[in-house]
Amino acid sequence: MGKYKKHIFYSLYLIAFAAMVFIAYTSSKYRPESVSVLFTDFSWLGNWPKWLDLPLMPFLNEGFDKLIREYGMFFEGINNFLLGLYTQMKNFMVGLPWPLLMIGIIALCYFVSGRNTGTTIMVAFCVFFLGFLSPRYWDKCIMTTCIVVIGMLLCLIIGIPVGIMMARNKKVRNALLPVLDLMQTIPSFCYLIPGILLFGLGAVPAIFAIFVYAVPPLIRLTDLGIRLVDKEVVEAAEAFGASKKQKLWGVQLPLALPNIMQGINQCTMMSLAMVVIASMIGTRGIGDEVLLGLQQLNVGMATEAGIAIVLLAIIFDRITQSYGEKIQERTHLKKDIKL
Amino acid sequence: MSKIEIKNVYKIFGDQPSKVLPMVQNGATKEEVLEKTGHTVGLDNVSLSIEEGETFVCMGLSGSGKSTLIRHINRLIDPTAGVVSVEGTNVMDLDQKKLIDFRRHKMSMVFQRFGLFPHKTVLENVGYGLEVQGQKPEERNKTAMEKIEAVGLTGFEHQYPNQLSGGMQQRVGLARALATNTDIMLMDEAFSALDPLIRSDMQKQLIDLQSELKKTIVFITHDLDESLRLGDHIGILNGGRLVQVGTPIDIIMNPADDYVEAFVKDVNRAKVIKAKIIMTPANKSNDVDKSNLVKIGEDQFLDEFLPQIVCSNANCEVVDKEGNVKGYLTKKELSKALTKEHMANAVKSA
Repeated sequence: MGKYKKHIFYSLYLIAFAAMVFIAYTSSKYRPESVSVLFTDFSWLGNWPKWLDLPLMPFLNEGFDKLIREYGMFFEGINNFLLGLYTQMKNFMVGLPWPLLMIGIIALCYFVSGRNTGTTIMVAFCVFFLGFLSPRYWDKCIMTTCIVVIGMLLCLIIGIPVGIMMARNKKVRNALLPVLDLMQTIPSFCYLIPGILLFGLGAVPAIFAIFVYAVPPLIRLTDLGIRLVDKEVVEAAEAFGASKKQKLWGVQLPLALPNIMQGINQCTMMSLAMVVIASMIGTRGIGDEVLLGLQQLNVGMATEAGIAIVLLAIIFDRITQSYGEKIQERTHLKKDIKL
Repeated sequence: MSKIEIKNVYKIFGDQPSKVLPMVQNGATKEEVLEKTGHTVGLDNVSLSIEEGETFVCMGLSGSGKSTLIRHINRLIDPTAGVVSVEGTNVMDLDQKKLIDFRRHKMSMVFQRFGLFPHKTVLENVGYGLEVQGQKPEERNKTAMEKIEAVGLTGFEHQYPNQLSGGMQQRVGLARALATNTDIMLMDEAFSALDPLIRSDMQKQLIDLQSELKKTIVFITHDLDESLRLGDHIGILNGGRLVQVGTPIDIIMNPADDYVEAFVKDVNRAKVIKAKIIMTPANKSNDVDKSNLVKIGEDQFLDEFLPQIVCSNANCEVVDKEGNVKGYLTKKELSKALTKEHMANAVKSA
């Protein structure tokens, strides 16, 4: 039976391929007058024949137009929501006096890292240097931060539940893995430009791009983390009669936390990388300083902005990383044996 | 009615177990099935019944299906065919909700590599079974503390499992299983990962606890000495088939086949034979020299008092729990019992 199934599968592939060639042939305006010509004139074996061309482009264009026409309201709604959120957040932070905001960030880092002075001092330096490099950078870094934070939240809200579903269900995993591969390999400009068409210029397409680019590692690491939890421990939970929910919240998630935190950290770094690329579609932020510097061939300016991005990355990385370490220490695996 | 009944259970691992089942039922061996279909036979027509209050030891080498068998009892694994019933309920008839309830209240389990939750303290680990039942923290901590005390871990309740040694971790595992106060305890190679000294210590602790609690214990091991020491009945598995079930003495005296014989060949008899089995009864003991006597209990194993006898050059007076003299042991009986050929006669005459 198993072998039989395989053959059906292969022949389905073959039929699909034949159908595509047929469609390409019939829809092409370069096709020869009749099929019989192909068997008398073999010149088509030399260069790739013009008629052997799958009409994917017009099909996709049509589909995309239809998407905008019919579901425009839906995207508009998302756009308005995210843009509103972004504007509120940005205006609030830009409106704060800079010393107050700085103290806020330092305090956040201090408590989140479990009162780790070393990390806090390092982050404080980085925050100060953002404005110190160039006064213009302060507000721009705030814009970038807001976009990254909103993108991250979106990733967390969608990524972690999807990761959990993948870990629980093999079929879901098999279906989603190729999608994640696609999201990670497709060049970012391929969805940045459609992003503009869907959401207009500005912050929202950048958030959309961040989501596409940064959510796969989070999903993968959540899935992996849950599947790597010691099987015997999960079995123990089952043997004592834990329900699915109790098993997930009481055992699997806490034990998968180191991996999930690693995923969140990866997600942050990739978001920051994407928000710089997104400056090319007009997203305001520290990335457009780099772009400006390059356009004016002003190497110093581009480098200065580059350093600011690195500092921003260090701030994000240190804060998320130290938070991960802290909860790991609290809930899990105290390494020192005091016997 | 037995506490646990396992009837004609088959378990086949692979893509299409139901297709391979007839082949196994017609008597194909594990190797043949693997070669022809790529399926692994876990259990092959296993039937046994376990009585209330006894310790049933399931023994076999790795790959013999013993861990698979124990997981059928609480349905961590579903059988391919056959019936597993606990207290008269067929576990395959339980739906998801009833199954969870069944696992919470009917049985608990101890694992080979402990299966403790590394992110919970000893106290939280021990209370886990009660936590999933929905008990309040104060209540479950009280029960958990009692059990921690019972296994001798008082003072460690706020430590994390990886701060404890292997033996202590398994005590936590044992306490966790005791905390839910279920009738049945499943122990999957519970002591195999421990070093020999701690292992015999834990065995003694289990025997002591069992004499008080009288639970139904299903114990899995690959160690014959352990199974002889703990088991009221022993089942020996080989390649997914149950080759023999019997009392420890049965297994040693009448091995069912070459496999069991090879197993019991090197066993330390002194650890298995109790004084009362080979003693000369009090009414036939006229020719025993009673000038130099050492008192021993009738349920003591030979190896517990053998050194003492050899050193003091004395004979033994075998007494029951009330102190009544039941019989006598001299070097003659002892040497007979410990030599292979005489063993069978000694047991028969007892």
